[in-house]
Amino acid sequence: MIAKLAWKNLWFKPLNTVLSLVLLTASVAIISLLILLQEQFEKQFSSNIDGVDLVLGAQGSPLQLILSSVYHVDDPTGNIDYKEAEVWMKHPFVETAIPLAFGDNYRGFKIVGTTPDYIKKYAATISQGKVFEKNFEVVIGSEIAKKLNIKIGDKFFGTHGSAEEGHVHEEYAYVVVGIASPTGKVIDNLVLCTIESVWAMHANHGHDHGEEVRSSDENPPHGEEGHVHVDGDEHDHEEHVHDENCNHDHDHEVTENPPHGEEGHIHEDGDEHNHDHEEAKEITAVLIKFKNKMGIISWPRMIAQNTKMQAAMPALEINRLFSLFGIGLQALQYLAYGIMLISGISIFIALYNRLKERKYEFALLRVSGASRIQMLGLVLIESLLLCIVGFIFGTLFGRLALVMISSTTDEQFKMAFNPMTIIWEKEGILFLVTIFVGILAAVIPAVKAYRLNISKTLANA
Amino acid sequence: MIQTESLSFSYNSNTVFSFPNIKNNVSEALLITGNSGKGKTTLLHLLGGLLRPKSGSISIQDTTISSLSEKELDHFRGKNIGLVLQQSHFVASLNVLENVVLASWLATGKKATDKAKSLLKQLDLENQMYKLPSNLSVGQQQRVSIARALINEPKLLLADEPTSSLDDENAFKVADLLAKLSKEYKASLIIVTHDQRLKNKFPNQLNLN
Repeated sequence: MIAKLAWKNLWFKPLNTVLSLVLLTASVAIISLLILLQEQFEKQFSSNIDGVDLVLGAQGSPLQLILSSVYHVDDPTGNIDYKEAEVWMKHPFVETAIPLAFGDNYRGFKIVGTTPDYIKKYAATISQGKVFEKNFEVVIGSEIAKKLNIKIGDKFFGTHGSAEEGHVHEEYAYVVVGIASPTGKVIDNLVLCTIESVWAMHANHGHDHGEEVRSSDENPPHGEEGHVHVDGDEHDHEEHVHDENCNHDHDHEVTENPPHGEEGHIHEDGDEHNHDHEEAKEITAVLIKFKNKMGIISWPRMIAQNTKMQAAMPALEINRLFSLFGIGLQALQYLAYGIMLISGISIFIALYNRLKERKYEFALLRVSGASRIQMLGLVLIESLLLCIVGFIFGTLFGRLALVMISSTTDEQFKMAFNPMTIIWEKEGILFLVTIFVGILAAVIPAVKAYRLNISKTLANA
Repeated sequence: MIQTESLSFSYNSNTVFSFPNIKNNVSEALLITGNSGKGKTTLLHLLGGLLRPKSGSISIQDTTISSLSEKELDHFRGKNIGLVLQQSHFVASLNVLENVVLASWLATGKKATDKAKSLLKQLDLENQMYKLPSNLSVGQQQRVSIARALINEPKLLLADEPTSSLDDENAFKVADLLAKLSKEYKASLIIVTHDQRLKNKFPNQLNLN
């Protein structure tokens, strides 16, 4: 009955209540959205680097290499020579080395040349059909099969590059021979085939379309590099800086200024590069898992010094990424708690002002037999009801926002978030904080209601 | 039945009220009159257990309310004392019926909805039951507070200037209802007023002047 009375009181002044509720909802929604995003984002990122100790790829930003080859959310840094990479892949330290060759996509889904080990790495199985064996046979991820409604035996043409719109390789059709089981990882959104398929597709393609098309087609980042190459002077200058840095701290230099060094190299032997293509096969990256973990520490340096490739540690790069946007998330979280504080103040002001109007009401309730504690409870319950409703709305709106964000990220990065999960610990803390704000806002008005002098109030009526 | 003995009260050392002894039986009505500042409302609040006397005792039926604890007093007040004030106050967010029912719930823990309805019907408020109190006329509001004061069948019905803000017609209507219903519910009725209109109606009077 007291709770019912509290509820009726709340809606007797709907504007006050709605204001407090909107503020509460907004803050809870932002915080719970951040909690869900951060948790799932980190989980997805961490789960995808399981079993990858080091990524071998073309020189450039190590973060870009990780993002492109492990998460498939960025363009590759360039290609590396398969023969050169093979030396390292067969090293006794290595347990598994999975080569990856990118080139094409099918309706926005990346086609990746690799080995069946790649499927094993993600603990996926072939749920229908068989694994790819011959050229142009593909295994598709479970999400693709679902979204595009592809079945075993279907054929399709790849589109060059990573953009959905582009040149279509019409010479060879890919044939779907298998569908991978769902894993919740990036493999669900990939089309997998043999490395040779990618080579064959592009080798022939190159012949048919002449050199100009080929050079830009083969090696997507080269287009960009072309620009830098035009203003060659500046470019040379930066190479100097690079050399200087090299003496000081090698690792640092790789992160700081890598694309320039790499561009310089490739462009110098630009012609050779085109000639080479027929004999020297290229791949985009190699995912390496070590038997001997010593390799994780020693290889990045060794590879940077002795080859034109780089080796990047996914765990390190991802930690760097997390700490970068961790600052942004933190700032948003502070903002949200700020809004919650304001909503607490708004509840306090509403209750306090209402108390002045309602003191006769309280006196009357006391006359009718209500105890002091019941008056205290009435004010507290009003505030708590507001907070609980605000928390429920906030949690729902936060998840609604996540659904919208998820549909965007799914489209752009093939990364989806599940709004149905509940992160008990963090959301539990959020609930307690909300309740605490409610109690805090109600303490002074509640105590005033508790100490109300009935006789004085009624005598002054 | 209510009985007081050598009752006194002071707000501060300068103003001390000493009240004559009062005795009023069940179903009887007592009119307490007096000029402003003579402690009429103070006396009513003492009788209703809203204030504690400086000295003396108040007994309602067999209970000496001046010796009850705060919590017992709250409970006793809800159950045994009905109060009608000059200006009626209500829980603004509840409708007329809910306001009356709330009084029964606060005193007994049970909702006497049927009784509240028949009481309101008796007070000619049948069509006002589901309105908010603020939408009623002053006369109607005063009748609702009578219903609320009587819902728990109190032993003592106290009225503080119940008619002074009403026109003649409504004042007599309210006075009649108070007299009639206190008899019917076997309550001892005490009215504090300076309203001359009531003096002819209640022969049993006490003047504080």
